[in-house]
Amino acid sequence: MNDAIIIGMAELKVAAAPLKIATLGLGSCIGICIYDRVIKVGGMVHIMLPDSEIAHDKVNEAKFANTAVPLLVSECEKLGAIHSRLEVKIAGGAQMFTGHTEDTAFSIGAKNIQAVELAFVKMGMAIQTRNVGGNAGRSITLDLETGDLHIRTLNQEPFII
Amino acid sequence: MFNIESLSSLQCDALKEIGNIGAGHAATALSQLLSEKIEMTVPSVSIIPLGRASEVVGGPERLVTGIYTQIYGDAPGKMVFFFPYSEALQLLDIVMVRTPGATQSIGEIEQSAITEIVNIMTGAYLGALIRFTNLNMLPSVPAFACDMAGAIINTALMDLGVLGDYALLIETQFSLVERKLDGHFFLVPDPGALEKILGALGVWTG
Repeated sequence: MNDAIIIGMAELKVAAAPLKIATLGLGSCIGICIYDRVIKVGGMVHIMLPDSEIAHDKVNEAKFANTAVPLLVSECEKLGAIHSRLEVKIAGGAQMFTGHTEDTAFSIGAKNIQAVELAFVKMGMAIQTRNVGGNAGRSITLDLETGDLHIRTLNQEPFII
Repeated sequence: MFNIESLSSLQCDALKEIGNIGAGHAATALSQLLSEKIEMTVPSVSIIPLGRASEVVGGPERLVTGIYTQIYGDAPGKMVFFFPYSEALQLLDIVMVRTPGATQSIGEIEQSAITEIVNIMTGAYLGALIRFTNLNMLPSVPAFACDMAGAIINTALMDLGVLGDYALLIETQFSLVERKLDGHFFLVPDPGALEKILGALGVWTG
């Protein structure tokens, strides 16, 4: 994992093989990954919130599902990726807290998942693989050599989607 | 909307004092509850990019227990308590009157116990703040998580992303003197609440 480029919340990165891109400690956020297997180019964005419409601050497009998805696709296309070849993998959207409250921190994971799905529908793209929901935080690494998305949690063995 | 990046040093000191008073009461409550001596640090006020929030709790993948309380009322915000996992187990040994090392995992009863401790501490913290500022603040029922620190803090601070890219954290650390046990807690006022708090302290136009 040491060789991966690490992105934080509301950050986006595109790169080519043999690099890897990772984000650590995804809670209700979602890590969205796209990959062009032919030229081994891909990218990841770590979104926080479903929709930029509710935001006062719309400056950072990587923060919101609805703006981050088109941005990620266009950034990958700048590196030569072809829209129709892009594979999509997503992970995250957990419900981290248990307890009785109606706060947004409890339902935001599910809203993020829906918003990401909708954003890809609007782009005419399908999500091939997903590991979303549940109650566990995730760290993910996208290997641009293979397109594999490695997922780690604290209570199970690492796995690949 | 108040811009938290433009806080003056006088305003910063006022927020530290808020943290000091609140945390002092919370630490006293914990001390009485456990019959243990407790030390606390002088609070620090920091303004951090949301993307780097996990660094303040020791790295994104560190296993911690986090207890999150939403604050409603005149000055909305949130409080988050963090205990590293091994220290949460120690704390539970004390609270549940077990021999040291007896608590090996956090089940339903342990979760309830630690959440209640934090509930008492939050009540003491906010109670002191309310008396000091005359603002009305009401805590939600606390919510519990035990997982990667990054996943917990990012989720707790998520809704701040609607307003901007930064969070203002008033952080206090406390430790049980006779054991090696530290905890952190954070008061995170919503940006709109800062005006109210600073106004109540007479440093709004500072």
